[in-house]
Amino acid sequence: MEHYNMNLNLKVWRQKNTKSKGEFKMYRVENISSEMSFLEMFDVLNEQLIHEGEEPVAFDHDCREGICGMCSMYINGKPHGPWQANTTCQLHMRAFKDGDTIVVEPWRANAFPVIKDLVVDRTSFDRIIQAGGYISVNTGNAVDGNALPINKDKADASFAAAMCIGCGACVAACKNSSAMLFLSAKVSHLALLPQGEPERHSRVINMVAQMDKEGFGSCTNTGACEATCPKEISISNIARLNQEYLVASLTAEK
Amino acid sequence: MTWKQMFTSSVGKKLVMSFTGIFLILFLIVHAGLNACIWAMDGGVMFNQGAHFMGNNVVPRILEIGLFAGFILHIVQAYMLTIQNRKARSVGYAVSYGNAGSKWYSRSMALLGTIVLLFLIIHLSHFWFPNRSHQGFLLGEEINLFDTMKEVFSNLWVVIVYVLGCISLGYHLAHGFQSAFKTIGVHNKRYHAMLSGIGYTFSIVIMLAFAMMPISFYCGWVS
Ligand code: HEM
Ligand code: SF4
Ligand code: FES
Repeated sequence: MEHYNMNLNLKVWRQKNTKSKGEFKMYRVENISSEMSFLEMFDVLNEQLIHEGEEPVAFDHDCREGICGMCSMYINGKPHGPWQANTTCQLHMRAFKDGDTIVVEPWRANAFPVIKDLVVDRTSFDRIIQAGGYISVNTGNAVDGNALPINKDKADASFAAAMCIGCGACVAACKNSSAMLFLSAKVSHLALLPQGEPERHSRVINMVAQMDKEGFGSCTNTGACEATCPKEISISNIARLNQEYLVASLTAEK
Repeated sequence: MTWKQMFTSSVGKKLVMSFTGIFLILFLIVHAGLNACIWAMDGGVMFNQGAHFMGNNVVPRILEIGLFAGFILHIVQAYMLTIQNRKARSVGYAVSYGNAGSKWYSRSMALLGTIVLLFLIIHLSHFWFPNRSHQGFLLGEEINLFDTMKEVFSNLWVVIVYVLGCISLGYHLAHGFQSAFKTIGVHNKRYHAMLSGIGYTFSIVIMLAFAMMPISFYCGWVS
């Protein structure tokens, strides 16, 4: 791929804190290399802002290698930008061309309040996981690796669901601000394995209850989540979650 | 887990949408089948016999109550869910995700449903209401529904409204059919492919079957 430099106009959401109103600000960055990552381009912008005595743009990031799920940016109308199966930190500037105007917004959902600029509070996801996204294990010596036979297809499906990095792009993309793709990944990867069996029913009921308490919308199967998910979590997990919920609630003792 | 907790959770509310949606789909099959008697080319004899049974027998009249209940549940739940979902995002985006991630009709279920509802009100006021009020809302003498159809569908504007209603219903079902099965938990990929195939076919067939009725009367294809 040919290397090139570009000048860009950035339209970035600035918001002082959760309570303040916030607005878009226009910035210009020059000589951006096509080999930079999107976050490196933001580093350049922030250096420039600091130099000019302005407040740098706050944005979340940690691993910068596509595994932590922190880099939440809604770029030109799509969470994590234009590429498929990709996180913002792994989006490279060769996705853009000289003279482009790029609009960058934070995730929009009331369950993800903006903390500052592009940083949103995703602790609602943590509370959903705390409500049931765990298994019980005995302490003591670790069990032999392959002591428990597991069907290969189920192991693969479980692993695919366990790929979810909790980035929240599914919520950001969904017209209902629904967290169902995330939740279905977290429920599925445990429900598919024998280790997840003891809490199977209480897990799905408690996690759905927590999701509702956090104020996420409900799923209408539009598929926008699956299309934007950096880890390609399949929407069929949502149908599996629905089945888990139906069985758990119909077979409950009380 | 009480029944109340079950059906008031976000997943439970969707289950109600899905059960009532599938119930309404079954109703559409019966309705389309019975109405197809207009094409028997017998001056409406067979059609009026069918209509007479549906309107003058206790069994379908009791089932009719269930049908109304199904519609009301589906519609009330739909608006409550839509309002709740809208409230989950107070500040919108400057650039919308649009068609890149989902189909326009999948995102427009409430709008399509509202058009279907408006159509339904017009439709009931054309046939159901005059007929039932003529019967005193009990079992009684009916009006000649075949002749009523002839008269109603001689107006081009009415035909256009009916066709638009049918198109909206078709798109509503294009999403709704397969979505309903996902909502009740069908997650196997091979059924997904099958159900979306059946869903699209069903939507088109139902849309054409119903739309052809007013068109047939307007164009004089039924006698
Ligand atoms: C004969 C008429 C109708 C049929 C056969 C029908 C069928 C369906 C089906 C199968 C679904 C999918 C349920 C799911 O995703 O689980 C659905 C969803 C929906 N329907 Fe209807 N419907 C009808 C009329 C209406 C009307 C009159 C409204 C009026 C407001 C409406 C509003 C909605 C909405 C908003 C949804 C989306 C809800 C969701 O996906 O969660 N529908 N419908
Ligand atoms: S399901 Fe995908 S989009 Fe949603 S949180 Fe997990 S990785 Fe992110
Ligand atoms: S910064 Fe970790 S996934 Fe992007």
